[in-house]
Amino acid sequence: MTARTDPWSPTPTRILRVRRETRDTFTVELEGQNRAFEPGQFNMLYLFGIGEVPVSISGDPGNPDVLVHTIRAVGTTTLAMKRQAKRGSALGVRGPFGSAWPVRAAEGDDLLIMAGGLGLAPLRPVMYHALRHRQRFGRVTLLYGARSPEDLLFRSEHGRWARKDCVVEVTVDRAGPNWVGRVGVVPALVDVTPLDPARTTAMLCGPEVMMRFSVRTLEARGLAHERIFVSMERSMKCAVGFCGHCQFGPTFVCKDGPVLRLDRIARLFGKREI
Amino acid sequence: MENEGVVLSREGFAALLRALREDGYRLVGPTVRDGAIVYDTIGGIADLPEGWTEVQERGRYRLERRTDRALFGFAVGPESFKRSFFAPTVSLWRARRKDGSFVVLDRAAEMPRVALIGARACDLHAIAIQDRVLLEGPAVDPSYAARRRGAFVVALNCGTAGGTCFCVSMGTGPKAASGFDLALTELFDGEDHRFLVQVASPEGAAILARVPHGEAQKTDLEAAERVVQNTASQMGRSLDTTGIKELLYRNLDHPRWDDVADRCLACANCTLVCPTCFCSTVEDVTDLDGEHAERVQRWDSCFTLDHSYVHGGSVRPSTKSRYRQWLTHKLASWIDQFGTSGCVGCGRCVTWCPVGIDITEEVAAIRSTEKG
Repeated sequence: MTARTDPWSPTPTRILRVRRETRDTFTVELEGQNRAFEPGQFNMLYLFGIGEVPVSISGDPGNPDVLVHTIRAVGTTTLAMKRQAKRGSALGVRGPFGSAWPVRAAEGDDLLIMAGGLGLAPLRPVMYHALRHRQRFGRVTLLYGARSPEDLLFRSEHGRWARKDCVVEVTVDRAGPNWVGRVGVVPALVDVTPLDPARTTAMLCGPEVMMRFSVRTLEARGLAHERIFVSMERSMKCAVGFCGHCQFGPTFVCKDGPVLRLDRIARLFGKREI
Repeated sequence: MENEGVVLSREGFAALLRALREDGYRLVGPTVRDGAIVYDTIGGIADLPEGWTEVQERGRYRLERRTDRALFGFAVGPESFKRSFFAPTVSLWRARRKDGSFVVLDRAAEMPRVALIGARACDLHAIAIQDRVLLEGPAVDPSYAARRRGAFVVALNCGTAGGTCFCVSMGTGPKAASGFDLALTELFDGEDHRFLVQVASPEGAAILARVPHGEAQKTDLEAAERVVQNTASQMGRSLDTTGIKELLYRNLDHPRWDDVADRCLACANCTLVCPTCFCSTVEDVTDLDGEHAERVQRWDSCFTLDHSYVHGGSVRPSTKSRYRQWLTHKLASWIDQFGTSGCVGCGRCVTWCPVGIDITEEVAAIRSTEKG
């Protein structure tokens, strides 16, 4: 077996840059090595001798020279990555894996992008794609929420996106006196957003509770499940359908997902402990 | 496939095993160890469990003596042939630190070919099911492929059913239908002990040509047919599979899940003895100076808390949700994933459950108390 055909074997990949995003998140830019990816896909990132984690790709799908991952330091492997990853060192990469946001099928539609916390990372490639091909889409709206203003990701880009004919609505769960923006949850932002259910494609990524309530508000506005896409998160060890960890009913989140059309999982979506 | 019916004497069968060994196969077959009949490397017919059978019930397994010299006079032991191809632990790769990066070292890919001796119909179905998961998906598992490649299969049509068997319900046995090179039926005629052999591949025919054998008589074929018919009539369990996927999908909130969760220890025995369960996890290890790393794959079970762990906790913290995951995967969502049931009716999960939970009983309970 060569490394090329062995789905378990990581490819050592040089780190070009590491950037701190928030107190617990950081972005690693790796040599792209011409790895084309679709918005919404993920890679398995391996830190030598420590472990491997699934991380969505948060960079620009139009730029194959650099592979961008935004990571929350929360477990053994990601905490060690935060400490050890630096320019010139390397991570192992397997991927890209999984399904993609329907950016081509949604051409001509309004895009409603809803993200909670780190959920903006797998949706940022959609923002890059939509803004690069702005004329292919109707209204482009980003509804984004985080726990606090300090937890907001990619803040410097929000204004840039808004200037490219995109509505960016940001909210936080709680804030200090210096915050002049909205306070509240992401689903509540749907109420302040124009929405044409006949021509809107919604893309959601965030904690399951955030997606569950967002779906309810979208349903109330008449959006069909066929027009709602969610990105699911489950434990993953192999990323190719062998290890069994990522099952969500009959769905293997690694190979059938992570991006799933809601009508195909509606039976189980929002059920506890599936 | 020139011959539908060939007969091997006991000595002819011994010669067949010798011929397979001469061809470089590692023989894996049943043998008695630690009070159970397990599959392990065997040298020849002397290692087979001659004259042994077993008594199986929920949570109970005991070896007993037979009155004859049958070599395959038992049903199924705790192990299937799963470990021959989907090994309990596998070194996926090793790597060495180099210039701030690392290099992945080549893995040994060549595996000695195995010959499975006495594979039952249920276990052959289980192998076909694991092939679908690990060989026929978008990706191929290299370790499984290397072990599976070139395997020779001597099937055995069951001459006795265990107390927890229900292959007839699952449509998988007791007669082997596919997935073998040769299929044997063990026959007794007074003191005359012989095997009717069905040849199913050119490889099977070639090896059979090298050992002494005879033509099967019509009476041999009839006797073999009676053996499997008799076994089919002895099933210790049955499972009504009518609309089973929809039944279980409809009943994710049935109170029976609470009932079974009160009994289930979440010990994972059922998943480890199951011939189709394929869950695995990986472990990363390093040497003391941190210069070499290795990733090891090992069997995992959906009954562990770790199995569904993501940052912040497990998706399935309760035993109830983990039992429901196992059973609904095995009997329902497996059908959506791979086009077949994940259950072959071998009954191992019933026998080896330390508290005697019976998958057929749990399904029957849900079916009979479903709220319309």
